Amino acid sequence: MIRGLLAALCLLLAATSALADPVKDEARAEALFREVRCIQCQSESIADSHAPIAADMRRQIREDIAAGKDDNQIREELRARYTDYVLFRPRFALSNLLLWSLPPLIVLLGAGLLFWLNKRSKISRSYDLTPEENEKLREIMKSDD
Amino acid sequence: MIAEIGNFCLVLAFMLSVAQAGVVLAGWRIRGLERFSEGLSLAAALAIIGAFAMLITAFVQSDFSVLNVYQHSHTDKPLLYKITGSWGSHEGSMLLWCLILLVYGAFITLRGGGLSDGLKHKALGVQGLLGAAFTGFTLFSSNPLWRLAEDPNRIWALEKAPLQGLSLNPALQDPGLAFHPPMLYLGYVGFSVVFSFAVAALIEGRLDRAWARWIRPWVLIAWSFLTAGITLGAFWAYYELGWGGWWAWDPVENASFMPWLAATALLHSAIVMEKRDALKAWTVFLGLLAFTFSMLGAFLVRSGLLTSVHAFAVDPQRGILLLTILLVTAGAGFALFALRAPELKPGGLFAPISREAALVANNLLLSAALCSVFLGTLYPILMQAVFNKTMSVGEPYYLAVFGPIMIAAFALIPISALMAWKRADLKAIVQRLGIAFGVASLAAAVGLLLYRGATWWAEAQYLAGLLVGFWLIFGSLKLLWDRAEGKLRRLKGLPLATWGMLLAHIGLGVFVLGAVVETHAKLGATQVMAVGDSLTAGRYQMHFNETFAEMGSNYDAQGGVFSITEQGRAVCDARPQWRYYSASRSSQSEVWLCFTPLSDLYVVMAQPQTLADGRAAWSVRFFYNPWVRLIFFGPLLMAIGGLVSLADRRLRLGVPVKGKKPKSSTEKVEA
Repeated sequence: MIRGLLAALCLLLAATSALADPVKDEARAEALFREVRCIQCQSESIADSHAPIAADMRRQIREDIAAGKDDNQIREELRARYTDYVLFRPRFALSNLLLWSLPPLIVLLGAGLLFWLNKRSKISRSYDLTPEENEKLREIMKSDD
Repeated sequence: MIAEIGNFCLVLAFMLSVAQAGVVLAGWRIRGLERFSEGLSLAAALAIIGAFAMLITAFVQSDFSVLNVYQHSHTDKPLLYKITGSWGSHEGSMLLWCLILLVYGAFITLRGGGLSDGLKHKALGVQGLLGAAFTGFTLFSSNPLWRLAEDPNRIWALEKAPLQGLSLNPALQDPGLAFHPPMLYLGYVGFSVVFSFAVAALIEGRLDRAWARWIRPWVLIAWSFLTAGITLGAFWAYYELGWGGWWAWDPVENASFMPWLAATALLHSAIVMEKRDALKAWTVFLGLLAFTFSMLGAFLVRSGLLTSVHAFAVDPQRGILLLTILLVTAGAGFALFALRAPELKPGGLFAPISREAALVANNLLLSAALCSVFLGTLYPILMQAVFNKTMSVGEPYYLAVFGPIMIAAFALIPISALMAWKRADLKAIVQRLGIAFGVASLAAAVGLLLYRGATWWAEAQYLAGLLVGFWLIFGSLKLLWDRAEGKLRRLKGLPLATWGMLLAHIGLGVFVLGAVVETHAKLGATQVMAVGDSLTAGRYQMHFNETFAEMGSNYDAQGGVFSITEQGRAVCDARPQWRYYSASRSSQSEVWLCFTPLSDLYVVMAQPQTLADGRAAWSVRFFYNPWVRLIFFGPLLMAIGGLVSLADRRLRLGVPVKGKKPKSSTEKVEA
């Protein structure tokens, strides 16, 4: 019984995702357009470009979506045809390790370093004033009034 | 004659800059000689003003015997574009750079009354070195005042002066060119003063709160101009390039953004140094870094390394020269820093929950953000050079890496602005800000109800963006309310620096709201259209009524009249154009904006073509850009905030620090 229900649910999900929702498809296409570089233009995405080749690439992507390909398939096909240059999202590859990891590492290591410095300064120095300093402070406060 | 006078002035400016640096160096051996650097800086500024005036004169007179005028002007060009064309090229913009550099140098002398002589003269010496490097580069390798016959490449060495020029790139024939580059350069080059002061202080071996106070006005001026300059550039690209966007993470845009990030970090760390005598080494480091990134930008744009709509086409040789200037000056600065920084005594202590600590977190996040922009810009160039592999880094990378870092920095702002120095009470702050957070959440939730995203992820991003934007605005307003203790007349007593900070933070919130709404709720459609065709985008419909022709002073335009309706209700008539500039044999689309206070309807026609049935058609794009005005208005508020803060009496140069008159002046007298 439960298995049957699950199977029905899976079927239903598959059916709804296969049923083309034109609004969703267009949103997917628009999102992909922003990731794809117009290969003949000067650092423009095909979403932004007026060039005929950008129009061709937009048409191709819309057709791919209509044919039921998912975003990663479309990306890989573009990459196979035009190399890494065509995608504005660099791959998660070893060669791009620095590119992807250095900024977050700076935040983490920086925070760690500050934490460590703070701990060390707490050990070596104390915020509490000595009795003489307290006396001095009282005098300064008095003279300010 | 004009070009020769200009050239003479440029040579003079170069010699005076060399002398300005020279007397300071010589002052080491012959005491008192360095005093002449003050007069020399004023003279050098006058000389470069003369050179620049002559270049403009040559452009206004359309003197085509001057190579640069021949290449970038035309008799039919309107006067405004003749004048602005003088800095529309690589050579002319280098002269503008030098002009601003030397004038800033003169202002060190003019506004340096309260400075100690040692610091002032050393700063003038460094500024003189920078001036000599850049005027020398302009004079010998990129001189806009060369006659045709003097062209080192002999490509344009014509026997006689031509009767007509080649005219300026049509995209540059816009009032934007009058404001954007000068503003931007006032920002970039303003950091040279901070650089000079940093080097001077490192040589002197004295970095104190007074130093932080002296550099603050310069940082504020340069930062405000840079903010305004970048914003103007974004607005110009938005309405001129016809792509409907305002920021493309293009390498040249990034090149202007990197010094901005460094300067924003500097602006905040300098406050800590001024108030608490802490973060000294870090502040000096940022002072060196800001101008280094300015120079890096100047190099990248002119190196020929980048493909960008904004880059100058320049041969690599000059790029190498600029790179040398960059490496030598920045290298010397940082080497000096490495030598001297360990001697700096750490200043005031602070607890992990305090204004200082919050500003340190701000600096950490800004540095990481700067690193991501730096990597994203240079990685493709390095990959190409080292592994001969092509790759692209664009919006998706920055949204994934830069975005979260900045969101974290923005979220911190209202909290840190309420924190006390030394040790803050986080619980009390959370209580005080609770209401601001509540209002911001409510506003963001209302915003989410009005929006239907394609995916839950898009909706989550939209919600987070709105929340941060409203949080910045309401958090800042709560601070204002607390400071005024709820009484309007107390607002007048608030220091201008506080107003400046609030304006800048509110401006940032306004920008975030605009950027989030524009990016997520934008509507657009592209279609090849002939007269009689219609286009639909969301709830908007656009009908192509008719075409018209227009003759400009130096172009012929074909235009279209489009009537736009929103669910049947007429909104406006758009009249975009497609212009042909015969002088440069190039075309340019002229965007039409239906202006409303907040949002734009944006129509552009391009790529004229003939349909199969013989009708004339264009590739027409339509955009509805909701809240796009905020994207440009927010940063302008920030720039105004910077200037308001500058007007604070406590920051004026020459006003001695209360009760802490710099000791060095008395020392000098005794010596």
